[in-house]
Amino acid sequence: MRRGVAAGLAAGLLLGATLLTACAPAPSGSGTTLVVFAASSLNPTFATLGREFEAAHPGVTVTFSFDGSAALVDQLKAGAPADVFASADTANMDKAGTAGLIGDGPAQFTTNSLTLIVPRGNPAGITGLDESLDGRKLVICADGVPCGTATRKLAAALGITLEPVSEETKVTDVRTKVESGQADAGIVYVTDARASGTKVETLPITGADTARNVYLIGTVTASTQATLAAEFVALVTGELGQQALKAAGFGG
Amino acid sequence: MIRPPLPRWLLLPVTAAVVFLAVPLVALLARVPWMRLPALLSAPAAVDAFLLSLRTCAVTTLVCLVLGLPLALLLSRGTGRWAAAGRTLSTVPMVLPPVVAGLALLIALGRREPLGGWLAAGGIDLAFTTTAVVIAQTFVAMPYLVVSVEGALRSTPDDYAITAATLGASPTTVLWRVSLPLVAPAVASGAALAFARALGEFGATLTFAGSLQGTTRTLPLEIYLQREVDTDTALALSVVLIAIAALLVAVTARFSRGAWSRP
Repeated sequence: MRRGVAAGLAAGLLLGATLLTACAPAPSGSGTTLVVFAASSLNPTFATLGREFEAAHPGVTVTFSFDGSAALVDQLKAGAPADVFASADTANMDKAGTAGLIGDGPAQFTTNSLTLIVPRGNPAGITGLDESLDGRKLVICADGVPCGTATRKLAAALGITLEPVSEETKVTDVRTKVESGQADAGIVYVTDARASGTKVETLPITGADTARNVYLIGTVTASTQATLAAEFVALVTGELGQQALKAAGFGG
Repeated sequence: MIRPPLPRWLLLPVTAAVVFLAVPLVALLARVPWMRLPALLSAPAAVDAFLLSLRTCAVTTLVCLVLGLPLALLLSRGTGRWAAAGRTLSTVPMVLPPVVAGLALLIALGRREPLGGWLAAGGIDLAFTTTAVVIAQTFVAMPYLVVSVEGALRSTPDDYAITAATLGASPTTVLWRVSLPLVAPAVASGAALAFARALGEFGATLTFAGSLQGTTRTLPLEIYLQREVDTDTALALSVVLIAIAALLVAVTARFSRGAWSRP
């Protein structure tokens, strides 16, 4: 009887463990998959480059995980299967590098700078980072996330104090709050302003280049497809990749 | 009467269920930097988030009681199409994905939307205020109170209330002295559940209220931010949320088992 209980427990543990791991991605039957972990701001551009890569490499599928750079580093540390990592700032690439997750020499491949956006029609009459923002609803990124750190650096360089009504964790949350008109103004990356299209108006910030974010890309040491991973990095740093990034507003 | 024993093979799925539920929590607790817990939790941002969460959840629970109890009372008496519609309406926010709740609130009460614009013109600007947090929490939490109390009211026999009314008690007296005391345990557990749900509210707050320390950044939003900035702080704050949630569930279980002294 005791043994029956023990066997039941053991089988139950096994079943529980199976349930927990059941959601892990299964290796695809035919062809190879290249997994790219990239900062959220790279989303539309990298997806396009991924399709170019697939066209040039028959049988290869490129899948992306777009998230905040810090979240991606956490996932890599936890052993998430990835071949390439692209970070939106040096701090997070350094973190990944220190943990021994990245193959030698991550390459700087682009930059991104900040800009001020207002809802279409500029209902609050904002003219820039000046007194027109007094009493208005300004939304920025929280200090500590890459776009927030850049915002703080920019404010310090310009010698101004920002009084936001909200400090968001993701730059896309700043963007949507301006697009919907909840906020009167927001500070986002130039690429976000570009991606918002006609929903927002862009007011360039003079001196924005003093707080540029540097983007780095590297291959993941644990990758089993080092050659393919290196080729994807080459695509991004090459002419085709640079053109696509420039078109999205990067490099400013 | 002795209940017949359960078949032994049930141990298999039971162990699986326990493992499934316990492993993520145990894994999280194992990762928590316990030695640094006091320092992490006494950081100003953490304290502000904790106090804001307690404050907003207390107000939310109160609003849920004031508005949800009458609704539960009415629904418990209702039969037919309107009652069914009312019951569906008061349950849907419970199962709505939080981000959908946030979008719905934004479209209803946003500054550039008809209703929100009208309120703003009247000087009531909800955008990025603590009031917006309470609204978001109430929207998702009230159903828990309504469903809990309505169920209890339906399963309570009407005898006492009928007797009281026969003896000349007014409807208000019957309500306060008979009907509500009979369902007091359900009201308490419903309020605890509503509080717990409000405490965990994340999506609607993020979409609708924003995130500013001391004003709108509640515990879950602070955890969301710290996950990007400092994982250890996020884990420490998660411990606080898990502890409060466990406490509330324990309280709820105690009330629903009827440990509440009945009048």
